Amino acid sequence: MIHFVLLISRQGKVRLTKWYSPYSQKERTKVIRELSGVILTRGPKLCNFVDWRGFKVVYKRYASLYFCMCIDQDDNELEVLEIIHHFVEILDRYFGSVCELDLIFNFHKAYYILDELLLAGELQESSKKTIARLIAAQDSLVETAKEQASSISNIIAQATK
Amino acid sequence: MGSQGGFYQSKEFLDLVKSIGEARSKAEEDRIVLGEIDTLKRRISEPDIPKRKMKEYIIRLVYVEMLGHDASFGYIHAVKMTHDDSLLVKRTGYLAVTLFLNEDHDLIILIVNTIQKDLKSDNYLVVCAALNAVCKLINEETIPAVLPQVVELLAHPKEAVRKKAIMGFHRFYQKSPSSVSHLVSNFRKRLCDNDPGVMGATLCPLFDLITIDVNSYKDLVISFVSILKQVAERRLPKAYDYHQMPAPFIQIKLLKILALLGSGDKQASENMYTVVGDIFRKCDSSSNIGNAVLYECICCVSSIYPNPKLLESAADAISRFLKSDSHNLRYMGIDALGRLIKISPEIAEQHQLAVIDCLEDPDDTLKRKTFELLYKMTKPTNVEVIVDRMIDYMISINDNHYKTEIASRCVELAEQFAPSNQWFIQTMNKVFEHAGDLVNIKVAHNLMRLIAEGFGEDDDTADSQLRSSAVDSYLHILSEPKLPSVFLQVICWVLGEYGTADGKYSASFITGKLCDVAEAYSNDDTVKAYAVTALMKIYAFEITAGRKVDMLPECQSLMEEFLASHSTDLQQRAYELQAVIGLDAHAVESIMPSDASCEDIEVDKALSFLNDYIQDSIEKGAQPYIPESERSGMLNISKFRNQDHHEASSHGLRFEAYELPKQTVQSRIPPASLASTELVPVPEPMYVSESYPTTTVSSASSDAGSTELKLRLDGVQKKWGRQTHSPATSTSSTTSQKTVNGITQVDGSNTSNSRTRETYESRKQQVEITPEKQKLAASLFGGSSKTEKKPATGHKISKSSSYMVEKSHVPKSSMEIASEKKAPIQQPPDLLDFGEPTVQSNAPSVDPFKELEGLLEPTTEVASAKNHSSTAAATKSPDIMGLYTETPAGIHNKDDGDILSGLSNPPGTHMLGGTTRTQVAQSSKGPNLKDSLQKDALVRQMGVTPSSPNPILFKDLLG
Repeated sequence: MIHFVLLISRQGKVRLTKWYSPYSQKERTKVIRELSGVILTRGPKLCNFVDWRGFKVVYKRYASLYFCMCIDQDDNELEVLEIIHHFVEILDRYFGSVCELDLIFNFHKAYYILDELLLAGELQESSKKTIARLIAAQDSLVETAKEQASSISNIIAQATK
Repeated sequence: MGSQGGFYQSKEFLDLVKSIGEARSKAEEDRIVLGEIDTLKRRISEPDIPKRKMKEYIIRLVYVEMLGHDASFGYIHAVKMTHDDSLLVKRTGYLAVTLFLNEDHDLIILIVNTIQKDLKSDNYLVVCAALNAVCKLINEETIPAVLPQVVELLAHPKEAVRKKAIMGFHRFYQKSPSSVSHLVSNFRKRLCDNDPGVMGATLCPLFDLITIDVNSYKDLVISFVSILKQVAERRLPKAYDYHQMPAPFIQIKLLKILALLGSGDKQASENMYTVVGDIFRKCDSSSNIGNAVLYECICCVSSIYPNPKLLESAADAISRFLKSDSHNLRYMGIDALGRLIKISPEIAEQHQLAVIDCLEDPDDTLKRKTFELLYKMTKPTNVEVIVDRMIDYMISINDNHYKTEIASRCVELAEQFAPSNQWFIQTMNKVFEHAGDLVNIKVAHNLMRLIAEGFGEDDDTADSQLRSSAVDSYLHILSEPKLPSVFLQVICWVLGEYGTADGKYSASFITGKLCDVAEAYSNDDTVKAYAVTALMKIYAFEITAGRKVDMLPECQSLMEEFLASHSTDLQQRAYELQAVIGLDAHAVESIMPSDASCEDIEVDKALSFLNDYIQDSIEKGAQPYIPESERSGMLNISKFRNQDHHEASSHGLRFEAYELPKQTVQSRIPPASLASTELVPVPEPMYVSESYPTTTVSSASSDAGSTELKLRLDGVQKKWGRQTHSPATSTSSTTSQKTVNGITQVDGSNTSNSRTRETYESRKQQVEITPEKQKLAASLFGGSSKTEKKPATGHKISKSSSYMVEKSHVPKSSMEIASEKKAPIQQPPDLLDFGEPTVQSNAPSVDPFKELEGLLEPTTEVASAKNHSSTAAATKSPDIMGLYTETPAGIHNKDDGDILSGLSNPPGTHMLGGTTRTQVAQSSKGPNLKDSLQKDALVRQMGVTPSSPNPILFKDLLG
C-alpha cells in the first residue's frame, strides 16, 4: 500500500502532501526533511527508488518537481513509478501542459484529482477517462455555484448602491 | 478543462503563495507563515463570514499545514464546513478534514453524523465526498456507525460510488477484521461487477483476504485466470489501456493474487501456466509499464508450483533486466533473481558479473538490493566473503535503520554458516564494535552462550582455545575509546567467566581491566553491574583455587562507591561480592562453580525442600497455606485478589490509594515471619532479566540463613505484589529457552564446519588465475568452470586477499577510466533543467575532449570536475548567446540552478537568463512556450507579478 505521497520542488519546498497512514504533524515534518535530504541529492542516473526506514520510496522528477510515493517492501516499484506517471498525465490533461505553478496555486485541485486516483493508499482507478469525467462533474457543480454566487453578490452590490 | 484560468483565490492568498515562493530561507518562510497564521486566527473567528471567504480561509489553512505548521486552531471550522448544504463548500470541508485529522482525533466524532447523512444523499457526488472521508477518518470505534450504509452503497447505481464503497469497506477490514468479517462475501460479488473500475478496486481487498487465508479462495482461481486472460486479450474498454498495454495495473494486481493462490498448489498452478506464459510473450519490454508487468510475472512464476517453460521465460526476462543500462531495471532484475534462485539456484551463476557490477555500483539503493540477494544465496562456501563485504558496507553508512538491519543479517549469517569459531568471534566483534547499540540484546546473549557452550560437544580443547582467543581479543579491544554498551556487557561477562581460566592472565590484571571498564563507563549501570559480577566470579575462582585474594585499591574504592549506589541492583551485587569474599573456599565453590554457566539449574517449583520447615511451623500453631484456587470462599480476599489481577494485566500506574492490608495480613501470615517483612526483596525487573544461572544461584544461596524466610515471602508477594515481579518464574523460563536454542545452534554450525574446509581450498586456487572481479564472483558463486573461460583482460594483478576488490579499478587502463567516466559526465545537463533532446545530440561531440582530459589529468577527480564544466558549457551551444559569450553562459548556469539566488541578481543577467531559457524551451517543445506565456500573463492579470522570469515554475512537467 502507499503510505504517503509527497510533491517537493527542487529547492525542497513542499507542494503537496497526502498521508494514507497516520503520521503526527511532527513526524510529517521530519519525514519531509529526511526524504528531501535523500532524494534531492541523488544523481540523475541512479535508481528511482530509495530505502527508507524499512519502506521504499519511489520518486520521479518532472521538470523541477519531485513526485514521491512511499510503499511497502514487497510492492512493485516499477508499478508505482507508473502510478506517479499516470497521476502526472492526468494532471497534464486537466491543467493542459501542467507546470509547477499550476500545482502551487491550485493545490486543492491536485488533491481532488489525487482523491479520485488513490484511495486508502491503493490505486482505485486506472482509467484516465473515468477520472477526468468525475472531476469534470465536480467542477461543473463548482461553476454553477460560482455563477450563482456572483449574480447574488451583484444584486446585493446594486441594491446597496 | 474548467481549470484553464484556475486561480480563483483572492489576491491575498496569491500574495502569500508568492512571498513564500520567494522566501530565501526556511526562517523567512516560517516568519511569513506565522504571520499568516495570526491573520487567519483573527479572521476565522469573526462572526458571519461569507461561505466563499471561509472556504478560502480553510484552503489557506491547508496550505499552512502542508508547510509543516500547526493549524489546529482551524480544524473545528473545517469540521463545520462539512455540515454545509452546498456541495461546493462541503467538498472543501471534507478535503480539509481528511488532510488535517488522523483517525484518532477527537473531532472525528463530530463528523460521523454528517457522514452518515451524506452517505444517504441523492447526489452521488456528495456520497463520493463522504466516502473519501470515510476511508481516511473512520476508526475502529466508529465503523459500526457507518458500516450498514457503506454496505448498502456497494450496490449503488453509480460505479464511482460502488468503487469508493469497496475501498472504504476494505479500509474497515484492515482496521478491524472482526467487525466486518460477516460481510466479506460482498467482495466476491463485486468481483463480477460490470464496471472494470469496480472490479479492479475489488482486487485490493481480495488480495488482502487471500494473503490471510488462501484456502477459502481457491475456488476463485478459475475466475481470476479468466479475468486476466480477458484483460490480456484487450477485452476491457480502451480507456484502461496505458501506454499501449491493456489495463496493466489490473494485470499486476491479478498476477499478485495468482502468485498467492498458486503457491505450493500444483493443481491451481496448472490453471495459470497458459495465461502467465501468454503475458510473458505479449509484454512490451521496451516500456516501463511492460517491465513492471514482466517483473510481476517473474514474481508469480517463482511463487507458484514450478513450471520449466515459465522458469525459462522468467530467467530470460531477468537477464534482460540485468543487462539493461537503466538502474531501475537492474534493481528489479536483482530483486527478481533473488526470488527465482529459491527455485533454480543455478541461474545465479550466469549473472555473477552483473551482480558484482551492481554490488560495486555507487548507487546505494542498488547496492543494498544486491546485499539482499547475497544474503539470500549465502552458503557455507561463500559466507566469509559476503559477511566481510556486508560489514565493510555497514561501517561505511550512517543510516541507523539500515545499519541495524544489515548488522542483524551479518549476525544471522555468521551464526548459521560460520566456518570456524575464530572467524565467528572476530566477525561478531566487528559487528558489535560498529553497530553494538543497534543490535538486539539477544544477539549478545547468543554470543555469550556460544562462547560458554563451545561448538563441539566433545572437543574440550577447541572450546578452551575459543575462549582464550575471545579473552585475548577482548582485552585488546578494551583499549578502544568508546565501545557500545552491549558489547561491553559481553566483554565483562567473558572476562569474568574465562579471564583467568587458562592461566595466561593474572587475576589482578583482569580485575584491573574490569575496574577500568566500570570507571570509564560510569553512567551505564548495566555495564557496571556486569563488571561487578565478573569481579565476583574472578575472586570466587581465586578463592576456590586456594589463592589469597587481595583486592586492588581501585577495586576497593569502586566497591565502596557501589555499596552506596542509588541503583539497588548495583548495591546488591556489591554486597554479594563482599559476602562471597568473606566465605571459605568450600562454600565459594558451591556458590560459584567454575565454568558452570551452561549447567542446567533445576527449579523445584513445589518447593518440596521446605516441607520440614512448614511441618515445624504448623506444629507450632501456624495456619496452613491455602492454594489460590481453594480460597474463593473467603470473600474479602478474593475480592482483593481479583483487583490485583486486574492491575497486573493492565500494567498501568495505580492512582487509587492502597487498601489497608491489616486484617488480611493478620489472618494469613504466621507471626513468626511477620518480623521479616521489611526484608522483602522486590527485585527490580532489570535484575531478573539479566541474571544468569550462576548469579541467581549465588544470590539465592549466599545468604543461606534467610533463604527460607525469603521464599516464604515470595509466595506472599506473589499474591500481594505484581505478578511480573516474581523471580522464580522468570528464571526458569530463561533456562529452558537457553537449552532449546543451544541445541539448534550447535547443529547448524557443525554441519557447516566440515563442508567449508574442502571448498575453501579449491577457491583459493582459482583466485590466483582470474582478475579481481572474477575472483569475487568465484568466491560468491562457488566458482564454476565458466569463470575460467571468461576472457581475461590481460592485466596481471598483484595478489591480494579476496576482499580487497574495491581497489581493482586502479590497474585498469586510462581508456577504461575514460569510458567509465562517460556515464557521470552526461548527467550535468539534466541538472540544468534543459530540454533533453538537445543535450543528447550534443553530448557525443564532447567525448574526445573528455577522454583527452581524462588521460592528461593525473587525479581522476579533477578530470571529472573539468569535464563537468566543459559539458556544461557545451550544452549551451544550441542557444546563440551562450555560444558566443562565455560569461553570460556561466551566469545563466547559476541562474537556472537556483531560482532564488537568480532573483537577487542584477536585472541585466535576468534578461539574459530569461531569454536563453525561452529559446531552449522553444526548441524542445512547441506549445510549451505559448502555454507558459499565457499562464504568465494570467498571473500578471491576477496582480501577482513574478518579480523575474521564473522559468522552472512554468516548465511543462511532462516536457
